[in-house]
Amino acid sequence: MSKKVIMTEEDIKRTLARIAHEIIEHNELLKELILVGVHTRGVPLARRLAADIEGFAGVKIAVDTLDISLYRDDLSSLELKPVVKLTDISATIDGKSIVLVDDVLYTGRSIRAAMDALIDLGRPKSIQLAVLVDRGHRELPIRADYVGKNIPSSRHEEIKVNLKETDGVDEVAIIPMPVAKEGR
Amino acid sequence: MRTTQVKPKAPEATVWRHHHILDIDDFTREEIELVFQTTRAMKEVLSRPIKRVPTLRGKTIVNLFYEPSTRTRLSFELAAKYLSADVVNLNASISSVAKGESLVDTLGTLQALGADIIVMRHPHSGAPYIAARYTEARIVNAGDGWHAHPTQALLDLYTLHEHKPDLKGLKAVIIGDIMHSRVARSNIWGLTTMGVEVTLCCPPTLLPLGLGPIGLDNKQLPPVKIEPSIELALDKADMVMTLRLQRERQRSGLLPSTREYIQLYQLTEARLIRAKPGALVLHPGPVNEGVEISPAVAHGKQSVINEQVANGVAVRMALLYLLSGSQKQ
Repeated sequence: MSKKVIMTEEDIKRTLARIAHEIIEHNELLKELILVGVHTRGVPLARRLAADIEGFAGVKIAVDTLDISLYRDDLSSLELKPVVKLTDISATIDGKSIVLVDDVLYTGRSIRAAMDALIDLGRPKSIQLAVLVDRGHRELPIRADYVGKNIPSSRHEEIKVNLKETDGVDEVAIIPMPVAKEGR
Repeated sequence: MRTTQVKPKAPEATVWRHHHILDIDDFTREEIELVFQTTRAMKEVLSRPIKRVPTLRGKTIVNLFYEPSTRTRLSFELAAKYLSADVVNLNASISSVAKGESLVDTLGTLQALGADIIVMRHPHSGAPYIAARYTEARIVNAGDGWHAHPTQALLDLYTLHEHKPDLKGLKAVIIGDIMHSRVARSNIWGLTTMGVEVTLCCPPTLLPLGLGPIGLDNKQLPPVKIEPSIELALDKADMVMTLRLQRERQRSGLLPSTREYIQLYQLTEARLIRAKPGALVLHPGPVNEGVEISPAVAHGKQSVINEQVANGVAVRMALLYLLSGSQKQ
């Protein structure tokens, strides 16, 4: 397995700092902003962004978490069933500006599910999207408002985002996928 | 110098081995914990103003009940609806079953009609196992004869787990007509799998078959303690489960009289004091107040009977989610 590291710990830190500045720039009413991390790796990313924003602008931003397993459109075809994690939206999202935070933007289907889940919980004023990596290959008309890094990739590659909170190390890598098994 | 501690990784996806839910005697501790985790997420859904998620959209769930039931059927029906499945209730006493259709033929009909999951209650032990052999649909056992009631046991375990996150090493007492109780059997399996020490307390005539000498492993039930005296059984217990005394047992000759049973086995406040302070009181319902449990205990501070009912919906949502979809065997 030949893994290629494309973002180091330092790269991720700088990138998140830049996204934090962009979020501040685009949202005048920071108090009305909620960062919503999509499980699993969107959650630590949202927490880091909130810490950066507080550091730069002195405003404490609420961080909520969202699990999209119950909204996926591919449950019947999945061999591995996602473990449903806790959705924790503490206050009302009605009228709030929401920044969804996820690690990789790929087909756009997760974000579709995340938006459906959010809209079931209330009527936010707007939903923006921040991702650490955009790897292309969209299957839905969805784009990100804040992108850490564009990584043009092949469908036969896996983009693996590792974070200290979940994986013990900060790193983004490209891994060639193993040859597909027969009969799938 | 220590580096930042890394928390153990929670699994992100899981292989769910169960194509059907027939009993929990084949559940591992990890699988029961996965049910707990999924149930927690479902409780969050139930706490929302709009408690419905699209997870099982387009799936058909049939409640096939050969025995009367209120709470279990309602609980499954609501669980399926909150997950956006289509639910059909088939009451065997007023359907073609009453005209003599066999179980296998009924299952064939339900499959032809497109049932994805069949929730089944049947008076004969083992009926769901036969059903599982004759249909492509997934079978959920909602109680079969004296044998098993796995979803009830899982909701009991979850209710206990909410109060006492780590069940290992705790002491549970099951009091009542254990021989005829599918709830007791499934709970014995579930509790022992989670490391709970189980004591059975009942008249010797109501002990189940298949219990070996204490401490010896046997195939029919895991090892449990037997203590005929309710006072001794309750000593330092962390949780107490009482079972309904069915009225027909009274005439069966297994009990001298209901009054004697009440005197010797009713869970009263005076007896409950012997358990640990704050010991939880469970009852699978329906409750015969004043028979197996005194009204004061049934409605007392230590009773979690209503929580059991509420958790039942979330646990069944979790099980329907885990059953749906994954690959056929």
